[in-house]
Formats: sequence, structure tokens, C-alpha cells
Amino acid sequence: MSGETVGELGARLRRGETTPGELAAQARSALAALDALHPVLRYTEALTERQAGRAAQMLADSPEQAGPLCGIPFAYKDVLCVEGVETSAGSKILQGFIPPYTGTALARLLDAGAVPVAVTNCDEFAMGSSNENSAFGPVGNPWDPSRVPGGSSGGSAAVVAAGAVPFSLGTDTGGSIRQPASFCGVAGFKPTYGRVSRYGLIAFASSLDQIGPFARRVADAAHVFTAMAGHDPRDSTSSPAPVEPVSEQLGRGVQGMRLGVPREYMAEGLEPGVRTAIAAALAQLEKLGATLVEVSLPSTEAALSTYYIIAPAECSANLARMDGVRFGLHVDRKSLTDTYLETRGQGFGPEVKRRIMLGTYALSSGYYDAYYRQAQKVRTLIAEEFDRAFETVDALVCPTSPIVAFPKGDKSDPLSMYLCDVLTLPVNLAGLPGISIPCGLSEGLPVGLQVIGPRLQDARVLRVAQAYEQATAWHTETPPLPPAVTGTPS
Amino acid sequence: MTLARDQVTHVAMLARLGLSDEEVERYRQQLDAILAHVDRLQQVDTSQVAETAQIGGLVNAWREDVRGECLPVEKALANAPKRRRDHFEVGAIQE
Repeated sequence: MSGETVGELGARLRRGETTPGELAAQARSALAALDALHPVLRYTEALTERQAGRAAQMLADSPEQAGPLCGIPFAYKDVLCVEGVETSAGSKILQGFIPPYTGTALARLLDAGAVPVAVTNCDEFAMGSSNENSAFGPVGNPWDPSRVPGGSSGGSAAVVAAGAVPFSLGTDTGGSIRQPASFCGVAGFKPTYGRVSRYGLIAFASSLDQIGPFARRVADAAHVFTAMAGHDPRDSTSSPAPVEPVSEQLGRGVQGMRLGVPREYMAEGLEPGVRTAIAAALAQLEKLGATLVEVSLPSTEAALSTYYIIAPAECSANLARMDGVRFGLHVDRKSLTDTYLETRGQGFGPEVKRRIMLGTYALSSGYYDAYYRQAQKVRTLIAEEFDRAFETVDALVCPTSPIVAFPKGDKSDPLSMYLCDVLTLPVNLAGLPGISIPCGLSEGLPVGLQVIGPRLQDARVLRVAQAYEQATAWHTETPPLPPAVTGTPS
Repeated sequence: MTLARDQVTHVAMLARLGLSDEEVERYRQQLDAILAHVDRLQQVDTSQVAETAQIGGLVNAWREDVRGECLPVEKALANAPKRRRDHFEVGAIQE
């Protein structure tokens, strides 16, 4: 199935040329061939078989009613819960944890007939921008295994880029879908905050976390989004607003649209290769009939600081539940306090500890007002600036990341790693939908174009991205995989 | 600002993180650098700005007060490192 899209696989299924079980088996061997890159933590085995059977039945019963994802194999990030399949959040503290229930996003995909095949590697508790914080080892970028795939959803981006599965799921708290999509040359979509239920997602920063798809085509990402989106009473932050059908927007192009280019996102710090690719992408959008307008988001510089207070503060609260009592690692000590200290001290990796410390500090007595409360106020300013920009433009277009995939070990200083997210995390703070799509290569490494829309205008973001995709060929570029990691094309 | 060692150990205790001496010193230096960076937040004038906690604008999510399904006891306890009958077992809080 190397490189085939959801649409192509669906057509083959409906012509009876293949079966969900066969596609799942092919995906599994294609994923196994990527072992050297280490994007997969485990295979879903019995669930795959069960679900392939269910999809086959759905297709047999009513091929017209079976949706576009029926029988399509996929992989999901190791922070999403499916009953009976280990989820470890890339952490030693949750190693062996078997969720007792299935999260909403996954349940909806299963109901649509999609077939999970593997659980993908990621940064521990989704904290990181390179996938190097996984307790189970880093992931190699299919374009250059010595480089990172981005993070935190690095495994999910890598398996789609390598053509082993047509789509995968990731989560995005500060760029964790869009940045790896950019680094790996695939589409990665973070929906509006609250558009996809977080029920069954192991929480990192609850006011920012959002589940979304990776795919090689925007239309495929749209199918996955459509299957997952919509209100869920089990997530009290899930939006009750009706979901606008994406199909009404896709294919309508950008003719007559006003697209804003945030001045601050094009400032110094962009690698020359990224700047060149983005300039060409903007020119292409103009050629397609869009009007480009420079806009200003003056609080951009404060966004990084805001994020690195709010996200760690929420993480320190969310991860308090990792106490060795109800699930996960338990290091037995005489006193309960020592049990907590040892369990958490041994179970968490360095980045998670760092963020728990930072968040606990920002929330502690005497510092709460100066850090956490102030960050929440600056968050308001950041969101208002986006709102003002959207009064005059339909969407924003800009780079996803100021840099291309960097070598493993290159950013050992935490602050330099945090700076990688400077163009993606404002979008999370403002709760907006954003997508990254391939828009060029810089010295053989993918560059991503980011499209950002107003809250709940997910369909518009997908429409702009698809218009660009259909006018260019960057999405057809595939990584020059060395023989050792190349899957067998079907 | 410079973070003192005892501030780091205090925060680690609040977070119930057992850290080695070497970790305490490493986090002291790293947190110091990160805090120096985020301190630029203090320069933003927010005197007329309200805080945002819920970016979707939701205020409250109500539901009918009806009994729903619960996680069965066996499922809830399935991952427990230590259990006694139908309970999670924890160490003594006081001797």
C-alpha cells in the first residue's frame, strides 16, 4: 500500500480487489520494515483483527453506507486510550497500563470502520518537539534517520511520511501535530480547541490539548476530522456548536479570499530555506486568486513565555494522578510520602520532571499572580489579536516552523528546544484550527506551510490547504528511504 | 533572579518528585534560565485585561442529574499495583 491514499484504498476495497484484513496485514509489514526508525511502540494485534472483521462486515452489508474510512488501516499516538490495548504515554510510569475504556475520538473512528494497526512512539506525555523525550527511545525522520521527526507526535508523522499507513492520529498542545507534519512532509491538522473530544486522551495541558490527524492528502485529513468531530457530553470542554460539513468548503479554492501574513512570523530566525519555500507558497496562493495582506500579531513574542507557564502549570496538576496507587509504576516505600517521591522520581523522565517543577513553581504561593495569572491575561491578549486579524482576513498563512528537521541531540538545552514551537503554540493559546502542509524542500528536507483559521472554521482551513495542495506537487514528494527501512510496495 | 537550592527542593517536595542532589542542581540551573526568559511576561501591560481559562468561551456544561453507567469495580481495579478486596491499597498516612 506504499503511499496510497485513503481514497485510493477505499476504491480498491469497494472494487473487491482487497480486504480490510489484507490492508491491515500490509500496513503491519510496512510498519515493521520501519523498525530502524522506531516509530512504533506496539501493534494492536487482536483489536486489529477484530476491527478488520467488523469493517469487512460493514462493507459487505452496505458498501454505500460504509464511510470513506471503512477498512482503512491507521496508527495512533501512545496517549490515546483504547480498551484492552496498552497505552503508556511514552513513559515508564505508565508502562503496562491497559485502559479500561475507549476514548471518544478512537471510538468514533472504530465505528466508522477504520482499522487500528499500531500505537506510535511520542515524547513522554506529549512533552517535546523532537520525540527525543520518549522513555522508549527516539524516532528517526524518514527523510534522514539521523534527524528528528519533530514532536511530540513524531512516530505518527513518520509512519505516514514513510507510506506505511495512509493516516494516523496525533495530539497537539503547542504544535505537536503541525511541527512533526512539517518536519516529515505530510499534512497535519490541529482542529479548533474543543472540536474533537479529549475523553480518553491522557491529559497534558487540558486547556490546550487537541486530537487531530496526519495524512498525505488534505482530503484524507478532512475525512478523519469529520469522523471524530462533534460534541461529546463526556468532555465538558467539547464545543456544543454544530460541525460545519467540510465537504461544503473543500474544492472551492481561494479565489477572492483574503489571506493574512503575520509580520512577526516572518521575522528573523527563519532559516533561509524555509523563507524561500514560504515566499514561493505565498506567491502561489496569490496566483490562485487570494489577496495577501500583511497583519500584525504584536504579542507573538510573549506567546512562548505564556505557553511555558500555562502548559507546565496544567501538566503539574494533571500528572498529580500518577501516584502509583491506582495504575502505573509503584515503588513501595514505608511511608506514603516516600512512595510518592520514589514512584514519581523513578517513573518520570527529565523533561516531564522539568515541566512539573516549572508548573508547580508558577502555581506556588507567592508566584501565582506574577506567573500563572499574568500568563492567563496575556493569553487573552494573544487571542484578541488573532480575533482582530480575522476581522480583515479569512485565514492566516505562515511557516509552521522556523527551521527544518534538526539532527538528533542538536537541542539539548531545554530553552532552545522550546523555541522550536514559537510559530505553532500561539494557535493553541487562542484555541484556533491550524494545519501544516508540505510546501517545499530545503536541502532535501521538508518545509511546512501553516494555515490558521478563526475558531470553529476548521473547514475553511482545510479548504485553503487543499487549494494549495492541488496547485502544487510537494505532497507527492516521498522520503528517499534507505533499503533497510523501505516497506514492500503492494 | 537566581533560584536558590532550597527553593528547588521545596518545589520538588510540593510536586512529590524525589530528586537526586545532581538533579536538584541541574534543575536549579535550567529553571533559572527558563524563568529568566519567561520573566518578560512581566513587561506586558495587563492592567485592563481579564484572564482566559476557557478559550472556547464555554461557561458551564450542565447535564441532567440522572444516574449513568459507571466503570465496574473489576475494571477500575484492573491496573492497581496493590489492591485489597474491592479497594486500592495505600500505605499508612500516619504511623
